[in-house]
Amino acid sequence: MWAYLHKLASPQGFYALSVRLSPWCWGLALTLMVVGTIWGLGFAPADYQQGNSFRIIYVHVPAALLAQSIYVTMAVAGLVFLVWRIKLADMAATAMAPLGAAMTFLALFSGAVWGVPTWGTWWQWDARLTSMLLLLFLYFGVLALRGALGGRQSAARAASVLTLVGVINIPIIQYSVEWWYTLHQPATFSVTSRPAMPSDMWLPLLVMVLGFYCLFLAVTLTRTRHEILRREASRRWVRALTGEGS
Amino acid sequence: MRTICVYRAGPDVSFPEPDLSLHLQARKLACERDGRWLFGALDLEIQGGDILRVEGANGSGKTTLLKILSAQSLDYQGTLLWRGEPLRRVRRDFLSHLLYIGHASALKPALSALENLAWHAALAGQPSGDAERLAALSRLGLSGFEDLPVGQLSAGQQRRIALARLVLVRRRLWMLDEPFSALDRDGIQVLEALLSSHVRQGGSVVLTTHQPLHVEVPVRRLRLGEEGMDVTT
Amino acid sequence: MSRPERDGAAGPTPARALRGMMRRDLLLLSRHPGAWLNPLAFFALVITLFPIGISPSASLLSDLAPGLLWVAALLATLLSLDGLFRDDAEDGSLEQLLLSPQPLPLLILGRVAIHWASTGLPLALMAPLLGVMLSLPAESYLLLMVALALGSATLGLIGAIGAALTIGVARGGIILPLLVLPLYVPVLIFGSGALQAAIGGGNAAPHLAVLGALLALALMLAPWATAAALRISLNG
Repeated sequence: MWAYLHKLASPQGFYALSVRLSPWCWGLALTLMVVGTIWGLGFAPADYQQGNSFRIIYVHVPAALLAQSIYVTMAVAGLVFLVWRIKLADMAATAMAPLGAAMTFLALFSGAVWGVPTWGTWWQWDARLTSMLLLLFLYFGVLALRGALGGRQSAARAASVLTLVGVINIPIIQYSVEWWYTLHQPATFSVTSRPAMPSDMWLPLLVMVLGFYCLFLAVTLTRTRHEILRREASRRWVRALTGEGS
Repeated sequence: MRTICVYRAGPDVSFPEPDLSLHLQARKLACERDGRWLFGALDLEIQGGDILRVEGANGSGKTTLLKILSAQSLDYQGTLLWRGEPLRRVRRDFLSHLLYIGHASALKPALSALENLAWHAALAGQPSGDAERLAALSRLGLSGFEDLPVGQLSAGQQRRIALARLVLVRRRLWMLDEPFSALDRDGIQVLEALLSSHVRQGGSVVLTTHQPLHVEVPVRRLRLGEEGMDVTT
Repeated sequence: MSRPERDGAAGPTPARALRGMMRRDLLLLSRHPGAWLNPLAFFALVITLFPIGISPSASLLSDLAPGLLWVAALLATLLSLDGLFRDDAEDGSLEQLLLSPQPLPLLILGRVAIHWASTGLPLALMAPLLGVMLSLPAESYLLLMVALALGSATLGLIGAIGAALTIGVARGGIILPLLVLPLYVPVLIFGSGALQAAIGGGNAAPHLAVLGALLALALMLAPWATAAALRISLNG
């Protein structure tokens, strides 16, 4: 068991695993997302208040969930990297950061678009949107710090510390923003409690959420693999792989 | 090596060989920077009464090695043992024996020599009176410059103030990175005398320098290779 | 704080190191008055710009005053933070700080305390003056000072982490706000919230309590994070 984990944590072992797994992840992600999109847009009933515009939920909610999950995952990876010095963890964190920022932006954008029919304006200082905006800035901070420190040894550790500081602050920021703007819709979807939505509305949402998570997994596997190749370019096994002599 | 296990028993066990109280050991030390090995499989030992002189061309990794040996840098492979225990675990104990003087003087230009030294002594957790600080400065030939802002002094004088810590802060393991730089002939002699008497009293020194070293005690040398090797593992 | 060291003879005492550290920081402040005067001037200047940019109308300004004062104080704190560790990193003092056998978080706490006493506290004391300029009701001045004093301590502690992380960045002054400002949002919310509550005739105590809680949390965690960040920035 430990030997297996150890092998996985080595860049070479992970590379092999990633090559095997990522096509499945991509396939699953695409299937789920296509099914969820068709189901959500074509077959789910329209909302009795918001009409068809509510269907943007099928993008907005998965993106928002992913935006937060990715930040938390990055923080876990950062902790693993700082405590156990497993370089692979940092490579994964590097690989998923841009996706996290993109998902945050997607959540913001879809929220803004949703705002037009619901509130009659592109931007409302709604608690959830404001938190999402601040999360986007947290992502920018991590990306900027990594960029500014460049290839230096300290970049990875500094970014990990910043992510950890950020993840401790996220709940505080969100609670204070919610307090600041208490007029917000209750959470639409939670795994633990029974959702108030009818099942033919939330089932496609569940499919979309799963699809987005598979996408996350697929993107992380693939991008981590690229990161491994970039950082380990001078190692023998990478040279052998790329056919660049030995 | 055999006494090291005894020491593990606890701090109150009396120590038969005082030499080993400053025992720092590196096993298979290797350091990689930007895909280049600065050194690989380096074995070395430092104990009381030793002067170890690290030599090598510019960029050969002298400062890097000193930073690793002084528990500052963790970017190395291999093992470092302080009194037989992994350095990372007994870092605080190690640091309470170490006096490290690097390239930068660690002096504030706006403060006087006395004020700067007061901070250094306090940081070492050591009480220091004006008399002690003045004595340290005069040992380095700086009488009369005690109260001037350090920024107004020459590079050589600033280096002397930094070196006054060797007299003021009582630590037994010295690590000095290019301590002779900017010193005049008189300053060099003072420092060499300090090194000799420190080692004779059972202290130990690791230093880097390009200067010929005239001390009255045997000096061990470590020469780091001029060319790094490519990483091929 | 004194604990038995393994090496009994050396007997380093953290309290002595802390005192020495704080004394030196105070001396440096007295030799470079700009370090603490500039943020104050910046604070006053920014507050002067708002009425010019918006409108001199007293009623409008008094509505905006809590937010304006807090945002300006936030930026003034940020301005002073860049130098918190940078000078020390350049002249080698930071290296010596990390090589000290004393607990680093404690020394960092000492430095942040001096920074607060030279930046946050003067900002809080000066704020009523600017409150007058923004037609803030006079009853809220005491509260403004207390809230700013509490909040700016938290800002300093959080900012120290950012300052430590950006030592290695050549123009860290630009990236520091990006790292730190999102983390300042809770303090901003409850700080200006306290003032708004007081002006609106509500109870400001809960806001102050939350500001206090945020400070307690920052006191517990930030020195350790800063210590880790300093080690990372200096030695890879």
